[in-house]
Amino acid sequence: MSTTEDLYAGASETTEGRVFTVTGQDWDSVVQGVHEEADERVVVNMGPQHPSTHGVLRLILELEGETVTEARCGIGYLHTGIEKNMEYRSWVQGTTFCTRMDYLSPFYNEATYSMGVERLLDIEDDIPEKAQVMRVLLMELNRISSHLVAIATGGMEIGALTVMTIGFRERELVLDLFELITGLRMNHAFIRPGGVAQDLPPGALDEIREFIKLMKKRLPEYAALCNANPIFKGRLENVGHLDLAGCLALGLSGPVLRSTGYAWDLRKTQPYSGYEDYDFDVQTWDTCDAYGRFRVRLAEMWESLKIVEQAADRLSGLEGAPVMVADKKIAWPSQLAIGSDGMGNSLDHIKHIMGESMEALIHHFKLVTEGFRVPPGQAYVPIESPRGELGAHVVSDGGTRPFRAHFRDPSFTNLQATSVMSEGGMVADVIVAIASIDPVMGGVDR
Amino acid sequence: MGIEEKLPNGILLASLEKLVNWGRKNSLWPATFGLACCAIEMMTSGGPKYDLARFGMEVFRASPRQADLMIVAGRVSQKMAPVLRQIYDQMADPKWVLAMGVCASSGGMFNNYAVVQGVDHVVPVDMYLPGCPPRPEMLIDAILKLHDQVKATKLGTNRLAQIHDLETEALAALPTSEMKGLLR
Amino acid sequence: MTDTDKTEKAPATIGTEEQTVNEPAVHSHGEVVGVRQGMFGVKGSGDTSGYGGLVAPKVFPSAAQRPYGGWYDEVADALEATVRLEGVVIHRGEITFHVRREDLVAVAKHLRDDPALRFEFCAGVSGVHYPDDAGRELHAVYHLLSMTHNRRIRLEVACPDADPHIPSIVGIYPTNDWHERETYDFFGIVFDGHPALTRVLMPDDWPGHPQRKDYPLGGIPVEYKGGTIPPPDQRRSYS
Repeated sequence: MSTTEDLYAGASETTEGRVFTVTGQDWDSVVQGVHEEADERVVVNMGPQHPSTHGVLRLILELEGETVTEARCGIGYLHTGIEKNMEYRSWVQGTTFCTRMDYLSPFYNEATYSMGVERLLDIEDDIPEKAQVMRVLLMELNRISSHLVAIATGGMEIGALTVMTIGFRERELVLDLFELITGLRMNHAFIRPGGVAQDLPPGALDEIREFIKLMKKRLPEYAALCNANPIFKGRLENVGHLDLAGCLALGLSGPVLRSTGYAWDLRKTQPYSGYEDYDFDVQTWDTCDAYGRFRVRLAEMWESLKIVEQAADRLSGLEGAPVMVADKKIAWPSQLAIGSDGMGNSLDHIKHIMGESMEALIHHFKLVTEGFRVPPGQAYVPIESPRGELGAHVVSDGGTRPFRAHFRDPSFTNLQATSVMSEGGMVADVIVAIASIDPVMGGVDR
Repeated sequence: MGIEEKLPNGILLASLEKLVNWGRKNSLWPATFGLACCAIEMMTSGGPKYDLARFGMEVFRASPRQADLMIVAGRVSQKMAPVLRQIYDQMADPKWVLAMGVCASSGGMFNNYAVVQGVDHVVPVDMYLPGCPPRPEMLIDAILKLHDQVKATKLGTNRLAQIHDLETEALAALPTSEMKGLLR
Repeated sequence: MTDTDKTEKAPATIGTEEQTVNEPAVHSHGEVVGVRQGMFGVKGSGDTSGYGGLVAPKVFPSAAQRPYGGWYDEVADALEATVRLEGVVIHRGEITFHVRREDLVAVAKHLRDDPALRFEFCAGVSGVHYPDDAGRELHAVYHLLSMTHNRRIRLEVACPDADPHIPSIVGIYPTNDWHERETYDFFGIVFDGHPALTRVLMPDDWPGHPQRKDYPLGGIPVEYKGGTIPPPDQRRSYS
């Protein structure tokens, strides 16, 4: 029975549009009828809850078959109001808040914020060398762990589950180092205005050297698994193409910009924290596609390992050096130590402030309750985070709290390129393009 | 007790409740609801070092219709709350919710306009896990405690009675701010 | 150390080798942005410390005097050839050009296209709300980077609360698309000429603009065993 024979079947025009009554064996006529209305497009929502959209990202795709005609990002599903919350906390407490923005590279958030505050305090030249070296060490370890997650989740999203497991396996090594040095695996509030919170624990340097040795054996696994893998290349090559002009117009930075061949890296061009003293290269690739970005990230991990090695060598010569600025009215007072009941104020410090120095007690009290006051003004100190240029625009009105702390997050800007990268391609390529941008929704939404 | 000794080898006696609960707890499939930093720790728990597969939970089902356990990992913003509820509604019974991290349990450090102060404002929660973020071992501990909860769940009319009892207990319970005299 | 001590240290010019002369800060228009009253943010009669009567002006860095030093003069000359700048501030090695909103598009275009300036990269818009700066409450701050010359400058545009419009520079720097939407979302600054100015981070039907100073933090009291603690914006603390 087909529509032409059945009295009740066939297409009819209603207020809702054309309606078909399907009675069987008439698929062809139905499809034909729909095809005539070519102006009906399919809008698909790859909603905020999706295994492959790299976090709570909503993709609104207009599809024509498998081709994406329009791609739009819906963001804001992780907006936490961190910037406003920082206005109600002291300057040092701001570190604990901003560290949770881009949660895969917490040290970078802390570093850019602390550097902005230090610039306003005018103590940029007074930061002790050991603090700078520790900052570089932790930031580069963070770059390794962040790129590992980028590669791991990118691999998972295209179906390469082994890449995910080995990526997270290596990341555990880095997190163990973080735990040893800062006490936490993630979201450490370690880099504070004035220096870093604590000195390196004994044995840390040996652990770092062990880690470097192990990573040198493990990193080639990624190259061996992915670089020449035909499926990997087939999925990543020529996907998410964005050339240099496009990148600059859209304000992209980081591995996406370097995959176009332009060697722009803030660690080299506008060095901070002593980066000018380290020997490393800026990695680029010349195909402006997802494969290029993957190769850039892989190569950057090797460079970071080089920097970590140099930092460890420098640290071995800095035993006993201070890690906080000398000005006691700014330096975070407490020294932490592991006691019988966990981590807390070291007994030496307590003996000092309670028994030996009244001034130290006053400083401790005032710094912990009131915090230091930062002279009025604004500062913007951008750094090269694993995703691109991360900068904190810090405004002070002379008080104990940030008047305004706005973070120029690279993921927020980089994600704007989704439309340009995805339109015209297929749905599967949208996933790969976004994975190659490597957005972290915490940074996008803040 | 005496029957089991008289039966031949290879036969086990149990109650239906125990069997069903044993099956449920040993293959609690989580729904991917990773939001923020806790999501990374959740992914790490599924990774090689803290293997969730040994508890039958390696398959993180993307579709809520195939999942039993929703681990709300991360801060839930106002924009995300309706999505959370929709995912929860799509899950089929029996379902459990684990609020992972302080942001999911109570809003965490973000006591502001943008974050829902605890996902129990939106979905009923069976297990709260503090931490910012909780270590993978803590997550596994919470999951094992949830397993104990699952083991203790009754079936059928007993379940209805159990729900009634739990609710009356909760309604009559002392609010946290009234629990005085604990500081000594 | 009171606030008045700190204002005395307002920095003079940068880039010159001479000793900075410790002269009293010049309070010209646009610099004193409000006053700080009292030491603790206590309202009512809760403050018995005596610091409640403290009134200190919040003085932002004063305008810089020519010569600015280094490449700042070059950029300032090129800009002043196109428009009349409202002011130039150099503080801690960073130069800020205060531009009137009518001139913003021309300035941005000139900054991007002039080969001697070539500020190709705009790092986004940052909104700041100064409720005490009458007539200029909402500031939009643009950070520009010249990759060719390896320089950074800052553009600051102000608009009043009563008329929160600033021309959009998305046509010149397409990267500002979402940044301008975010600044609109959080401050209510309407960017005229933006292709699709809607909320980007808050839900689409959210009332109010959250990061303004008159918008509450929105927290709830936190319940502990035996007590309740008020939300962060209502607790007693230092201001």
